[in-house]
Amino acid sequence: MNPKHPFAAVGAPVERVEDLRLLRGRGKYVDDLHCEGMLHAAILRSPVAHGRIRAIDCAAARAMPGVRGIFTAEDIAQTSKGSIPTIPLRAAPLPELVRFEQPVIAHRKVRYVGEPIALAVADSAALAEDALEAIGLDIEPLPAVAGWRASARNDVLLFEECASNQPITYTASKGDAASVNAAYVRRERLRVQRHTACCMEPRGLLALWDGAQAKLEVSGAAKVPFAVRRALAQCLDLPEDCVDMIEADTGGSFGVRGEFYPEDYLVPFAARKLNRPVKWTEDRRENLLASDHAREVDMEVEIACEKDGTILALRGRAWVDMGAYVRANASVQPCNIAQYLSGPYRVPNIHVQSTMVLTNKTPVGTYRAPGRFEADFFRERLFDMAARDLAIDPVEFRRRNLLCKEEMPYPFATLRPPERKGETDSGDYRIALERCLAEIGWAEKSRLQGRLIEGRYHGLGIGCFIEGGGAGPRENARLVVEPDGSVSVYVGSANLGQGLETVCTQIAAEALALPMERIRVFHGSTAHLKEGFGSFHSRSVVMGGSAILAAAENLRGAIRAAAARRLGCAVSDVVIGEGLSASQAAGGKTLALSESVPQGLSAEGTFASHHHTTAYGAAAAHVAVDARTGRIELLDYVMVEDIGRIINPLTARGQAIGAIVQGLGGTLLENLVYDEEGQLLTASLVDYLLPSATDFPHIRAILLEDSPSPHNPLGAKGGGEGGTVAVGGVVANAVAAALVTLGVEPRELPLAPQRIWHLIDAARR
Amino acid sequence: MQSQTMLIRFELNGKPVEVEVSARTTLADCLRHQLMQTGTHVGCEHGVCGACTVIVAGEAVRSCLMLAVQVEGQAVTTVEGLSREEALTPLQAAFRKHHALQCGFCTPGMLATAHALLTEDPEADRARIREVLSGNLCRCTGYIPIVEAVFEARAAYVDKSAKA
Repeated sequence: MNPKHPFAAVGAPVERVEDLRLLRGRGKYVDDLHCEGMLHAAILRSPVAHGRIRAIDCAAARAMPGVRGIFTAEDIAQTSKGSIPTIPLRAAPLPELVRFEQPVIAHRKVRYVGEPIALAVADSAALAEDALEAIGLDIEPLPAVAGWRASARNDVLLFEECASNQPITYTASKGDAASVNAAYVRRERLRVQRHTACCMEPRGLLALWDGAQAKLEVSGAAKVPFAVRRALAQCLDLPEDCVDMIEADTGGSFGVRGEFYPEDYLVPFAARKLNRPVKWTEDRRENLLASDHAREVDMEVEIACEKDGTILALRGRAWVDMGAYVRANASVQPCNIAQYLSGPYRVPNIHVQSTMVLTNKTPVGTYRAPGRFEADFFRERLFDMAARDLAIDPVEFRRRNLLCKEEMPYPFATLRPPERKGETDSGDYRIALERCLAEIGWAEKSRLQGRLIEGRYHGLGIGCFIEGGGAGPRENARLVVEPDGSVSVYVGSANLGQGLETVCTQIAAEALALPMERIRVFHGSTAHLKEGFGSFHSRSVVMGGSAILAAAENLRGAIRAAAARRLGCAVSDVVIGEGLSASQAAGGKTLALSESVPQGLSAEGTFASHHHTTAYGAAAAHVAVDARTGRIELLDYVMVEDIGRIINPLTARGQAIGAIVQGLGGTLLENLVYDEEGQLLTASLVDYLLPSATDFPHIRAILLEDSPSPHNPLGAKGGGEGGTVAVGGVVANAVAAALVTLGVEPRELPLAPQRIWHLIDAARR
Repeated sequence: MQSQTMLIRFELNGKPVEVEVSARTTLADCLRHQLMQTGTHVGCEHGVCGACTVIVAGEAVRSCLMLAVQVEGQAVTTVEGLSREEALTPLQAAFRKHHALQCGFCTPGMLATAHALLTEDPEADRARIREVLSGNLCRCTGYIPIVEAVFEARAAYVDKSAKA
């Protein structure tokens, strides 16, 4: 890229394009869409965690005024060749997992509270909900397993035809961890609780069926519209090009919104069946019951090191509570926990196993920094315990083991099955640590460690992390020259609310030497491109941005060729200038864009890569703990992360701060609590505590761009998740440091006041 | 369970409106699905998230917890009515400058709450701003830029109250 022209927008803190509509109430989220003849759907969900469906009586509901249809598994089986479609695995689909896929509607059995049993469609949402009340349900309750330990005994099977509740065990290995004999070994059992993204906008869909053309259009897509189209077309037995997934404005995803859910089948199914537009919007209870959950894992983890703190091996075993089914991207969390346990450190020998365990709870999927948040909590906690045993300063312990520039690229453990290798890309990980220590004033503040000041114990914690990004295999973009001289950019990356339009506009403006006002970005929807991959694994800028660069290069080539014909010169003599004007080199004639190219000239571009990017950083926290109440106040939190080339410092910092606060929610507040019967006890925002404006006022994020990624032309690295990764370990380490005189070691999240109080109470006994 | 309908009249963003609603319709649903003012968002329907906040008779209220029939004869302001012109208001411009929104879903409620606060107390300090905004949940920004934006926008409200 040539940044030496006046429209070099990459790297500037540009105010967002999206904001002009969103700030004036002119955004269009899926529930804002209305159309002629639109009906409304509501979903009857299982009230029990495990049971056999004996009967569903829909007669009374079907007879209600305004009710247009009630659909159950029976109706769906009739139209789909006798079988109930299941949610296809998207990420790492292995044959052994297929039998644990979720049917799009409960069939014979229910396996979690919230599983769809029937769909009611009516003239209004209220009437559809009224109809649900009139459906008679006869379910024979079965014993429920609400925790992984009970499930692992296999006394109660979720799938009777399978002998086990454990679909798979992944292994990450490197070197020979089993035969390492170390001077120091410590083994710990740690746990992260179930929590989730809880996007502010509930999920929703609007499905339109065009019977004449046998075409389906579904609004409300996000994250992976092309993958959802493929799955939906397959389930509905339609050709893929008869289905379009359309992106509206999106009220957050964080990994959870946009995967293929049961509703993604049920709502289009009803629209086709009734030949009417059907809209569905979940309420918050449904959102907490039916959207993917995440993060719940118990892990035994062992460190082996020299007496000087040099790490020799990490060994471990994780049990990941998957809920009742293996959903589209469920493998990501267990795989990442195993493969990325070593994080940014030099660990020559690794053997970690990670087992999926099914329970009668909501199925899980990815949530911002999947597996990495959990693994970092386990590792960084264990490091502090080891450092204390060995009488090594926790900062020094990390310095000794952090990767440096000369070691790049450094291999992670290899994951199986299927075999997945990986390595870091670039950077000197000690730089972020030193900067972080300086920013928080570690040297000066460490005199506060463990001190009781005005009734509260003070503590400082530190942790280092890496963030993966830029998942392949590729991404596509198409640029179209419009009659008014502007350029439309179509890209396969999806908008999740992260400011995609703005950063793509910046990238295109710079690559085409056009002012940002002359670029319009269209993203995500399957109608724009033949193929797209979407936004996950912090890939939208890395992959989509690089695809825009490739398309821009092709567009410039096409303009050059067209201009050469007009100018009667060789293509190689044509120089593209500002505003995509074309001149014959050496002061020859100049053609404006409108003179050189035919209207509607377009160019496509693809960027393909299997190399992930690795952003890296360090974070530190200063907490004060009130031993009388267990309440933790976060006095300061600093994160330093090198995310490679930064496209927009304003939005990058926004991602960082937002990611940190989400991590703080998961560390201190958020908890999806189930009782022993598998009932979710926290199905409202009164019970499920999200961070509010008063909780965490002292957060700082410093972003560096010293280590561009060598794997893409932008030099960008994924930067949307790093803030979340480190939080659990860092804050828990700060709490342990604060309470060191009491001998308290937090081993489980969240660090809620009652848990801390109980730990203090137990330590004092 | 079809409930009876009622004809209500109120002032919406400075203009009189008349709408036939069933008695159980919330103000949020009436605004969004009958009057098609979809700038106001519904995030939880139990009064916790604040996305649906609108201004009724000068006060910030949860339109998901209020029935439409309750605003009979009142003045209602939604995000669409915060600015009469094309230009952003100083509050909206401060949100843009500080990157105080990402997905934008909570933003209309944030703006309504902040507008009501600054109209009443243009000298609110950061602690007061945080306290008042704690009734509006945001999942994207971590609140820090929102607080800065509201703090910066105070100047415009001080001028306004001085003129008045």
